Amino acid sequence: MKIEVRDLRFSYPGGVEALCGVCLTVEAGELVAIVGQNGSGKTTLVKHWNGLLKPTAGEVIVGGWNTADHSVAQLAARVGYIFQNPDEQLFCATVCGEVAFGPQNLGFDEVEVDQQVKSALAMTGLGGLEQTNPYDLSTSRRKMVAVASVLAMNTPVIVFDEPTTGQDHVTIERIREIVQRLHGEGKTVIAITHDIDFCVENFERVIVMGNGRVLLDGEAGEVLTQEAVLASTAVDPPQLIRLGLRLGFNQPVRNVDEFIAAYQRWKSRR
Amino acid sequence: MAIVEVKNLTYSYPAADKPALKGIHFQVEEGEFVSLVGANEAGKTSLCFALAGFVPHFFKGELRGEVWVAGKESSRTSLDDWLLNVGLVFQNPFNQISGSKFTVYEEVAFGLENLGIPRPEMKERVEGIMQKTGITELAQRSPYALSGGQQQRVALASILVMQPRLLVLDEPTSQLDPIGTRQVFEVIKSMSQEGITVVMAEHKLEWVAEFSDRVIALADGEMWMAGKPGDVLTSPLMTELGIGVSRYTAAGRRAVEIGLLPASQRLPVTHRQALAFFGAAPP
Repeated sequence: MKIEVRDLRFSYPGGVEALCGVCLTVEAGELVAIVGQNGSGKTTLVKHWNGLLKPTAGEVIVGGWNTADHSVAQLAARVGYIFQNPDEQLFCATVCGEVAFGPQNLGFDEVEVDQQVKSALAMTGLGGLEQTNPYDLSTSRRKMVAVASVLAMNTPVIVFDEPTTGQDHVTIERIREIVQRLHGEGKTVIAITHDIDFCVENFERVIVMGNGRVLLDGEAGEVLTQEAVLASTAVDPPQLIRLGLRLGFNQPVRNVDEFIAAYQRWKSRR
Repeated sequence: MAIVEVKNLTYSYPAADKPALKGIHFQVEEGEFVSLVGANEAGKTSLCFALAGFVPHFFKGELRGEVWVAGKESSRTSLDDWLLNVGLVFQNPFNQISGSKFTVYEEVAFGLENLGIPRPEMKERVEGIMQKTGITELAQRSPYALSGGQQQRVALASILVMQPRLLVLDEPTSQLDPIGTRQVFEVIKSMSQEGITVVMAEHKLEWVAEFSDRVIALADGEMWMAGKPGDVLTSPLMTELGIGVSRYTAAGRRAVEIGLLPASQRLPVTHRQALAFFGAAPP
């Protein structure tokens, strides 16, 4: 499902302008990361896609719907948004109840709800915890409950807000698998992240925001080598790209395999 | 001299079916910077709570062994007395902010107010620490109307202002952007250089390597490794324990495995080490 953002401006009550004219289009099935410093407008931007925020000026079109004309409840069937902090999202007494809440409210029948819940719990590694209270789980697991409760809604667009924060190696691998699987199913997957290494390894397109504007938008490797622009919004290039830049590689490297291949070429040139 | 002594600590939360910490035993010298690494649920937060006295004073459960800080033993010391020496910065700043103050300035001053510090001294300390942590401009904002990253700095400032002898940090930069992360680590490092003892749980391994004197790796409630950052963080055990390694270490290991570089060099963890490792390679 396509998302179009046209000259979007948004001011919070009190007058802070968080978005100062953002234009971008995300095509159906794209895999996009949004990076930028704290307070650059990343979360404010994506909260417009499911209608949690409405534009002060400009417009947001999600699959042909202008979000100004549709309720959060209607948009919830199209755009799933996973909060950065699970404690702002979770409220049910059991994991199962939490994950079933979304599909139930979207009007899925009992069989479908059951299927969606099972599949979401399996993907997030929460099988066996159906009857546990989410608040008896660690923050890390609770974050996965938040992911599961959005996956269960089977929306064509899924937005992750800082999915890897506070997560260990193994859980980040699981998140990587979830992102790849959703992408393989043809869904539009967008992630806001400070984890720039995770970003370059898993996303095809990267949007860099700073002070309420889009500073860069393009192929991950190309965008994440623009050291000066990234620095202006408090982002360092990914570890291996930065190392490659210092060593004098002539192209960006997105992962260990690409680094080793480029390093072999670099060594043979010397 | 050791300021922290953890002696055969085993601890289970109430109603838990297995201990969160098992046989933990180590010392920390005064002024040392020690990092705790481990997968989720390895025991990092529980150990932070034990050092900060929240275990056993706030979280009951079953505790065996002893935790000593600055010559006091935690189970025989009231939490009020304990916290005169120890400051804990929580993983989620939302859990730490007092909820009783309307501005960031008052929030940072809260601890000193409770200790009855005279106003001029309080003012000087509060303003000094706010500047150091980069939150001076937020002074009149509500602690709740801040971004996650800003709240994290406020939480840090409100502990640092107390000038604890032992500073315990549970993933203090989890919500910060990369440059905010560096700034916060630099503040922590400067506190450490001033002589404060630091114990920090952290996933960001290249930063752990940059700043720590010593690293302790936890898994499943037990200590698996303890030693110099360069030894622990490049150990093959890191991946087995579910902790992983930095991209620099992964790339270095691969280069050695396929014979691109000799195995004689220590694998890199930080950017600087990686530059030397790959750049200084024989042609």
